[in-house]
Amino acid sequence: MPPAAPRSGDAIFASVERVNAELFTLTYGAIVRQLLTDLEEVEEVNKQLDQMGYNIGIRLIDEFLAKSNVSRCVDFKETAEMIAKVGFKMFLGVTASVMNWDADGTCCSIVLEDNPLVDFVELPDTCQGLYYCNILSGVIRGALEMVAMKTEVTWIRDMLRGDDAYELQVKLLKQVPEEYPYKDDE
Amino acid sequence: MDTNDSLRVASLWHSMHAISQQLSLTTGCSKIELLEGNTFDLHCFQSLTGTKFFVVCKLGTQHMEALLKVVYELYTDYVLKNPFYEMKMPIRCEVFDINLTQTVQKDRVALLGR
Repeated sequence: MPPAAPRSGDAIFASVERVNAELFTLTYGAIVRQLLTDLEEVEEVNKQLDQMGYNIGIRLIDEFLAKSNVSRCVDFKETAEMIAKVGFKMFLGVTASVMNWDADGTCCSIVLEDNPLVDFVELPDTCQGLYYCNILSGVIRGALEMVAMKTEVTWIRDMLRGDDAYELQVKLLKQVPEEYPYKDDE
Repeated sequence: MDTNDSLRVASLWHSMHAISQQLSLTTGCSKIELLEGNTFDLHCFQSLTGTKFFVVCKLGTQHMEALLKVVYELYTDYVLKNPFYEMKMPIRCEVFDINLTQTVQKDRVALLGR
């Protein structure tokens, strides 16, 4: 039987059950507010959002692979394109683009055209250091770790902080292929 | 088969799978997909995250790869999305078991007409 062709982000997004977008935005907002109340420090909240995103990412990757039928990416450029074109589309319904590649092809930016997490949100002065959408950086980091890539994901531009777009920098630190603890006979 | 037996079989297969990668003569060969024994076949599917799904069936059973793909989707839905399921632990999710049995039943009906 020939292997099934990879599916586009649009096709998968159309085929899954969806939830009211405002419910999603409100739920995420409630999480961030509660974290701010519990942890008080903005840096702690950033870290916690990243950790939550990581825990989501390590599980989400299998669903991504199962539904999209993609085969192993040849290089990091293809990986970044997959995240932007298929991943973001499939899970958030947003289109994203990849740009600003560095010389070795290990670092790029993913720019989001829109962001359902931040509808109706304005950051107050007391939360100026907050990366409101930090859960997304954790999700990407967690998902890539499960496919043998250690990455660092940081926010370059954030519209809630006055920039003109949402830009995430994804940097490949190293590939970590699965190792088996078998010792060769000496 | 109880949990201990399943764990024993699964870890045996995991080790065989890993050793076969080292022994393989063909370059670029990364996994066993089919093991044909005297009385049974074993089909295996490995996801890009390294999780392996395998099914032991009667000799010559068709469409097991498709079944494994469906099981993979069931796993991503009913197991991974359960917040109380701990990664890499034995799966004790009732909904997953029910759906799995239904899928295998449907498959059996489709293939054997009963």
